[in-house]
Amino acid sequence: MRRFAELLDRLVLTPARNGKLRLLADYFKAVPDPDRGYALAALTGGLDFPSVKPAMLRALVSERMDEVLFAYSYDYVGDLAETISLVWPAPDVAEQDAPPLGTVVETLNRVSRSDAPTVMADLLDRLDPSARFALIKLATGGLRIGVSARLAKQALAAMGGKDIGEIEELWHGLDVPYEPLFAWLEGRAGKPESAARALFRPVMLAHPVGEGDLEKLDPTNYVAEWKWDGIRVQAVSEGGVKRLYSRTGDEISDAFPDLMDAIGEDIALDGELLVGDPREKTGSFSDLQQRLNRKSVSKRMLADYPVFMRCYDLLQRGDEDVRPRPFTERRALLHEVLPALDPRRFDLSPLVEFTDWAELEDRRSNPPHPVIEGVMLKRRDAAYLPGRPKGPWFKWKRDPFTVDAVLMYAQRGHGKRSSYYSDYTFGVWAGAEDDPQLVPVGKAYFGFTDEELKLIDKYVRDNTVERFGPVRSVRAEPGHGLVLEVAFEGLNRSTRHKSGVAMRFPRIARLRWDKPAAEADRIEALTALLAE
Amino acid sequence: MKPQDLLRPRPEGLYCPPGDFFIDPVRAVDRALITHGHADHARAGHRAVLATKETLDIMRLRYGNDFAETRQAAAYGERIGMGGVTVSFHPAGHVLGSAQIAVEAGGLRIVASGDYKRHVDATCAPFEPVRCDVFITEATFGLPVFVHPAPEIETARLIASLAQFPERAHIVGAYSLGKAQRVISLLRAGGHDAPILIHGALARISRYYQGQGIKLGRLEPATVEEGTATRAAGQVVVAPPSVLGDRWTRRFADPLSVFASGWMRIRQRAKQRGVELPLILSDHADWNELTATIRETGAGEVWVTHGREEALVRWCEINGIAARPLNLVGYEDEAE
Repeated sequence: MRRFAELLDRLVLTPARNGKLRLLADYFKAVPDPDRGYALAALTGGLDFPSVKPAMLRALVSERMDEVLFAYSYDYVGDLAETISLVWPAPDVAEQDAPPLGTVVETLNRVSRSDAPTVMADLLDRLDPSARFALIKLATGGLRIGVSARLAKQALAAMGGKDIGEIEELWHGLDVPYEPLFAWLEGRAGKPESAARALFRPVMLAHPVGEGDLEKLDPTNYVAEWKWDGIRVQAVSEGGVKRLYSRTGDEISDAFPDLMDAIGEDIALDGELLVGDPREKTGSFSDLQQRLNRKSVSKRMLADYPVFMRCYDLLQRGDEDVRPRPFTERRALLHEVLPALDPRRFDLSPLVEFTDWAELEDRRSNPPHPVIEGVMLKRRDAAYLPGRPKGPWFKWKRDPFTVDAVLMYAQRGHGKRSSYYSDYTFGVWAGAEDDPQLVPVGKAYFGFTDEELKLIDKYVRDNTVERFGPVRSVRAEPGHGLVLEVAFEGLNRSTRHKSGVAMRFPRIARLRWDKPAAEADRIEALTALLAE
Repeated sequence: MKPQDLLRPRPEGLYCPPGDFFIDPVRAVDRALITHGHADHARAGHRAVLATKETLDIMRLRYGNDFAETRQAAAYGERIGMGGVTVSFHPAGHVLGSAQIAVEAGGLRIVASGDYKRHVDATCAPFEPVRCDVFITEATFGLPVFVHPAPEIETARLIASLAQFPERAHIVGAYSLGKAQRVISLLRAGGHDAPILIHGALARISRYYQGQGIKLGRLEPATVEEGTATRAAGQVVVAPPSVLGDRWTRRFADPLSVFASGWMRIRQRAKQRGVELPLILSDHADWNELTATIRETGAGEVWVTHGREEALVRWCEINGIAARPLNLVGYEDEAE
């Protein structure tokens, strides 16, 4: 447990991606099985201990300390696991008594819900603050230490001198604690043969169209298709096993039984998950949100928000892996296979006709459907390649909407921003022209650089009007205030917000130190967008 | 006499009406009693200053000889009449010369602790609890999350890192009065005999500490014109915290940033500052020291100032001690 805790501590304090990769690869090299395999599972989200819940840990702490003092502590630290690890009243313990990671994981795997509090309390008593932090992160899932599953796989690839694509393809056929995988990476055994079916295929991703990119491309080499505003998924069926994956290879089948039932036999499709009936109506992203992040779905939900997949690409047909074929061939095959599938659940993403970039620009700016967020450009002769190769695919998103708003409230961030005022509520003017009032229209906590964050943080501290716990209200009057240019993807009507609107994906596009607060936008600028 | 008639907060600082003086005023006043030499407590420009001899010396080093019109030294424990009240200075264990100030009149005693700590510190006199009716405590680390480990464990980690990364210069950010000398003293006690490089901002204070008989070993100036790729590799460089991650460190070999501070208990604090080796080392009382000290003073009433006041007030409530925040302004110890 000590080594694992140390790894987490060092990962947190190591900003550079390469440094993290080295720490991970060194750890995997130095630590024996099964501990390193459990660590890998923890980093890639492969462990689940349903008996341990954050609420249970809070209850354990509240048996041991005053709840108000805990609340102050949590507010200050900003991270539940770290707070508990620091305030846990533990006796001083000898380091050698701390259990190894493998033992901890096996204990947590076996523990029943009723025994879990006693077992967790006993483990916490035997660890120092740093190992307590690691234990809680491990037990409650979601380490959130700036290491993605992909980075961990990258470290494995580096450790074994393999390509990350190979590891991603194998991944879903492997079991914790991954002993055959490590044996292969260390050259002690061959590549693990997977008996598992319907494995994930690493997804092909696009680069955004950058300044001057298009001039270098010949439009006749590319086809364009709409970029739909849903979530990118991969549906795979093999030998009766059917799975739905997110673009990062996480399995999400359980949340979408309606779609799973309709996947045909021996096929792998790449497409966009959307809500509605493709023959009649494509629902908005907020409709789709009703279906996301759920472990189970009610009948009502299935009826009100049915999902379907708008297919972009074909990866497998029967026994043939069609990924090496050119896009145009894959597209033709997709045409052939789709009619056999349920038309309520699958359709084909249409192509966008164009002869030159100017014409495509015009179509991109005036999409035929509100759920379109831009166009995709795909090279006709390109194979389906894992990752984000430069050249074959581009995404060309619709320009975001922007509004000039005034900073009204700032809240201290959590995590690495726990001492910065980094979450901003902003408003636009409403009411009489000669006596305007600010109404809050949204909240954003990114889009600015670290340097800008420091400047806004200072502005907030220098212009505080009132403090409510972690929130400060900031001076915001026609004659004095900070104007933020806010970019957002769309606007929904909202009954929960006083302004009546809710922004999608708002972020700070620019700080307008130069602009007088009185010249920020009025609410009518936003309501006009709703009417469209 | 009611406590608030003996001491009360004013915008300038804590004021004693019958004695007509301020304690640690943040603006220039007629008569000031100073607990210790840190800049937010000891400012220049008061007409008359009463403080320990060491604190007066430190103020002179920082502000020049004319930092006040008149200066009077108070020995620890000496009782001094000020108008209708009696004041006395008692060791606070914070930095060299630091004192708590007891103010008494009409059978009522209030102790203003200034900044204090209870952990052992070879560079200053240890804190002495003073029985009182009202105890004014700091609360820099007034949250249960702040528990400072034994200081020698923390400096042992620094010594281990020097062996582990002999190719890197270890730049230790430490407050230039007190913390810096304490880190050096702890390194010496831990067996680190090599010369230690110090930033120019630490030079005079460190020399003063040495003059007071505090053993700091061989110190060399870190501030030279040109760096080389191997300068100070495997050596300790002590500097004010503000230089960590600053261009100043570029003159040294692959600088590894170390920060000696009580804030390093919070992971994200270390991360924000780009600290690679956090040392939890503080000259302020941690949560356990704060609460133990409040009990030891026997005070029936506690006033809490600078820091996390609300949590300490809450603790007092739970433990049946009357408490309130003082809301004094001007003391914020981010660089601690």
